[in-house]
Amino acid sequence: MLSPSSAPLLAVEGLQAWYGESHVLHGASFEVLVGEVVTLEGRELIGLTSDRIARLGIALCPEERGIFASLDVEENLLLPPKVRPGGLELDRIFELFPNLRERLSNQGTKLSGGEQQMLAIGRILRTGARLLLLDEPTEGLAPVIIEQIGKTIGMLKQQGFTILLVEQNFRFASTVADRYYVMENGRIIDRFANAELEANLDKLHEYLGV
Amino acid sequence: MLIGLINGSFYALLSLGLAVIFGMLNIINFTHGAQYMLGAFAAYFLLLYAGLGYWWAIIIAPILVGITGIIIERLFLQWLYKLDHLYGLLLTFGLALIFEGTFRNFFGSSGLPYSVPPTLQGGQNLGFMFLPNYRAWVVVFSLAVCLTTWFVIERTKLGSYLRAATENPTLVRAFGINVPRMITLTYGFGVALAALAGVMAAPIYNVSPQMGANLIIVVFAVVVIGGMGSIMGAIVTGFGLGIIEGLTNVFFPEASNTVIFIIMAIVLLIRPAGLFGRAT
Repeated sequence: MLSPSSAPLLAVEGLQAWYGESHVLHGASFEVLVGEVVTLEGRELIGLTSDRIARLGIALCPEERGIFASLDVEENLLLPPKVRPGGLELDRIFELFPNLRERLSNQGTKLSGGEQQMLAIGRILRTGARLLLLDEPTEGLAPVIIEQIGKTIGMLKQQGFTILLVEQNFRFASTVADRYYVMENGRIIDRFANAELEANLDKLHEYLGV
Repeated sequence: MLIGLINGSFYALLSLGLAVIFGMLNIINFTHGAQYMLGAFAAYFLLLYAGLGYWWAIIIAPILVGITGIIIERLFLQWLYKLDHLYGLLLTFGLALIFEGTFRNFFGSSGLPYSVPPTLQGGQNLGFMFLPNYRAWVVVFSLAVCLTTWFVIERTKLGSYLRAATENPTLVRAFGINVPRMITLTYGFGVALAALAGVMAAPIYNVSPQMGANLIIVVFAVVVIGGMGSIMGAIVTGFGLGIIEGLTNVFFPEASNTVIFIIMAIVLLIRPAGLFGRAT
């Protein structure tokens, strides 16, 4: 297992974003170290523009999965171009998500929600990007599937992938994350490591309003 | 029936170009008829000033007109994607009027002759009818072009980028694919299809400034019947309606101009998304 090194793979400073006319990010700053899973908690999208995501070499698994209805499963899987060598082979992806192999010629959106999520994660593993941005991967999925996605994230972490997870489901995030950033109204209002989780639980409940 | 197939070939090529452009750019390209006319004029000029005949024109004219399309997209259309359909419609309609008006000013409206290439002159006697070689060529070639386009879009890697970018351009950009360039080239290609139809039409109809304006209204009806943005829909309805129109012309000539619009009204009542359209 790779241990997180101290060099940040992604350092974002003073991120501003607008969604239509509303100012949704007010100078958020955070960093992600190599080989760790970092979670952004809160109700905001992360607000990087699509061109910047591509330029930074981040592989995006978008909110609501972004599976293409006009493409079959295989085309969906092969769509994102390789950004650098060293991505997973198709066979490895099928080992992780055996369901996908059987459904290659199905229309992408005919898969179940869980399978679509697997497809959305699987297709970015091929690209060779080492930093994965998973935007609410558990949204609208059954607990069994969420557990499976948690296991997958753990496995990806072991293989040296670095993951930035945007998640409102805190209970899920706490099973996989190394560090947390809490975001509210477009600002990072708190940050702590997994080891400090217990001490911060009360505060966190307050932030998330649960 | 044969006239129907010929018309159908042009309907199919033109509505295919419109469907490709609408799918990718979300713009209803009212300049399409003018670009078809430009294709025919390009063939005419190539012969007149460069001595290049039909077989050169069928390659060069679509490329030239396609390039003007790319320039139009870069100069004008790219600023309209975020706006309402109406703006794209107004702009492309205005451009069509400018093109057609300019050509009418210089060439009048009587039409210029363009002859059938020597290799395709003559025809076959099929016993029940006489089939001019050139018309057979138009039907076969446009069918081949349509099916090739369909194949590229529905069955290749490039096509999967196009379909994905049609559906969710933001995400496709996030994967690092150059979507704006794809949009520009798509418009160029759709326009080149119109020009190709124009070159093929030149020996059959005359080369005249309004040749596109007369056709484009029917082509829009074809696109609506087939379903906006549907590739196969555009091809099948193009040929199908051409044949129906041709048959109507034989059995009930008075209705041949209106039959397509009657079908359009019925289809819109029963299936508002068009025969092959995906309801959204």
